[in-house]
Amino acid sequence: MSHTSLTTTPVDAQGAGGGGALPRGRRFGAETVFRGAATAAGSMVLVIIVAIAIFLIVKAIPSLRADHESFFTYQQWFADSSPAKFGIAAIAFGTVLTSALALLMAVPVALGIALCLTHYAHRRVASVLGFFVDLLAAVPSVVFGLWGRDYFYRPVSDFAKWLHDNFGWIPLFGSNGPYGRSILLGSIVLAIMVLPIVTSLSREVFLQTPTQNEEAALALGATKWEMIRTAVLPYGRPGIIAAVMLGLGRALGETIALALTLGAVYNVSFDLLGPGGNTIAANIALKFGEANPTGRSALIASGLVLFAITLVVNMTARAIVYRRREFTGGAA
Amino acid sequence: MKLKRHGILVAIAASTLALAACGSDNTSKTPSGDTSSAAKPTIDCKTGSLTAQGSTAQQNAMAEWVKQYGQSCNGAQINYQGTGSGAGIQAFTANTADFAGSDSALKAGDEKTKADARCTGGQAIDLPMVVGPIAVAYNVDGVKDLQLKPATLAKIFSGAVKTWDDPAIKADNPSATLPSAPIAPIHRSDSSGTTDNFTKYLAASAASDWTFGNDKVWKAPGGQAAKGSDGVSALVKQTPGSIAYVEYSFVQAGGLTAAKVQNGAGEYVALDPTSAGKAVAGAQVVGTNGDLSLKIDYATKESGAYPIVLVTYEIACSKGNPADKLSLLKSFLGFVASKDGQAKLGDIGYAPLPDTLQTKVAAAINDMA
Repeated sequence: MSHTSLTTTPVDAQGAGGGGALPRGRRFGAETVFRGAATAAGSMVLVIIVAIAIFLIVKAIPSLRADHESFFTYQQWFADSSPAKFGIAAIAFGTVLTSALALLMAVPVALGIALCLTHYAHRRVASVLGFFVDLLAAVPSVVFGLWGRDYFYRPVSDFAKWLHDNFGWIPLFGSNGPYGRSILLGSIVLAIMVLPIVTSLSREVFLQTPTQNEEAALALGATKWEMIRTAVLPYGRPGIIAAVMLGLGRALGETIALALTLGAVYNVSFDLLGPGGNTIAANIALKFGEANPTGRSALIASGLVLFAITLVVNMTARAIVYRRREFTGGAA
Repeated sequence: MKLKRHGILVAIAASTLALAACGSDNTSKTPSGDTSSAAKPTIDCKTGSLTAQGSTAQQNAMAEWVKQYGQSCNGAQINYQGTGSGAGIQAFTANTADFAGSDSALKAGDEKTKADARCTGGQAIDLPMVVGPIAVAYNVDGVKDLQLKPATLAKIFSGAVKTWDDPAIKADNPSATLPSAPIAPIHRSDSSGTTDNFTKYLAASAASDWTFGNDKVWKAPGGQAAKGSDGVSALVKQTPGSIAYVEYSFVQAGGLTAAKVQNGAGEYVALDPTSAGKAVAGAQVVGTNGDLSLKIDYATKESGAYPIVLVTYEIACSKGNPADKLSLLKSFLGFVASKDGQAKLGDIGYAPLPDTLQTKVAAAINDMA
């Protein structure tokens, strides 16, 4: 085991941390001040979130009143025209679809990288690889967008053509072109952007696996893969879910890379290869500069929907992590 | 933490990449050495600072003018941000911009009233300043001199004509050999004055084939979309069989091929600064009291006129400008509207204002107070 020194840290921390050694009943000035400061910092988050929600709701209402179509089912976005006609259906669908596809592609690879870094690669190799993963996270999204728009579209278009030629009978791959800016291109670029986040977090989680669990599995005759399956993955599950949710948050909110690589077509369609795809954030970026007051308000209304989607996603993630914690608590 | 240790390296790498990104987006072909060596324009220099924002379509022209003004005059700071026409008008109305650039004249009603309210004792006026021709760029192997009637253009962009060897296109190009490849029409994905003016042209000159009216967003079904003029020109180059409308400067910078378009006199006219300027010369001033908003005659019968042009305006106060800004505002806009100021535009993808209009704009600026 090359990682003994690293993996024992949490155990030490557990031993040292549980003190609760602060004297009770004594209320010195510094104690109260610090407590107050920490509480204020904590509640700041709530205040900000509530302030954003109120801002979005207040600013969105005028446009929702002016909308001449159903906000939830209409697919087009003509918010600056009079009468204003716009609806969230196509862009909300596009947001969820591209994010889901991106996660579908990114998560298995990210977990593979994280496991390789923590359990397979030589330590020096792992630290270099880990550095490159962190580097990937630091690349600005406009760079990913331009790269996707000007270079990466080529292999993706070829791949799209191959998919259509061989699997065209699946409706997802039904489009016969032109292959360029598509949901496929957008979600692959997005997957690359999500990759480092999920990798970094799950690597940290895998490093925390108690050594005695791993050694116990090996002692019982498990192969390395069996050890990972029975000791590392179950222990890391809540952490993996948290990592995936953080990645999903990034994917849902990604703006400029998708504004550059998606086809900006307003319809609800599962066609992954043809010109298509649009997301709430990309739509805001594309339309804000030239929007009139109603248009701006309508874009803020779409922001409110994105806010709600993100909130639901995060709450779901919390619920899952909370429920799982009881299992793994017993296991560890 | 490992993350922190690598922070500095990461930051350096990221900034290098960001710089690289800036480079690829740069489309202005400003002949830098050329301008400084040429005889410096005579400018009635003033000092102070001006803040302006708005239309991205005139951003390159503004950058050129600000540079020239700065070369001739010391002590003046002029800052123009390409935030989009809507944002520019909003900033002008809110008194955070001294003038605004806009792809369309102020709309009568709420927009105009609110902007007027800023100009004590006067009104907000539209000054046509930059003529930006809109090219029809295409990418078809082996087709050099594509000619199109307005009706054919409308049919292509509405999706009624789907292949390059369609009889409608053949009728416009009797001598060309057209492939049977599908047409991939491309439009802007962001709201844009270019889209507004192009659809205005289609609606005016091919009403029976274009039923989608005019708007800053694309309303016809189908087609592909790209963000910004640079995105459109990149997509045209990437997509065989594509056709798109794009500002002239991007055709020059991107090495694209532009189609000849038929004007009201029945001629197929190639796009260049002269042919575009002729279309603006035939435009009619519809503004009053110093406002010079134009109505462009898209079916112009003027010989040699290229019909698809976009006129972008500066929006400023006729009266009620802040005393500390007024002299510089008049000096800068006066230079911009002068022959010297307009002369450089042809090199960077715009067309100069025709003489008659230029005189009117100069007079309106002179009357500002």
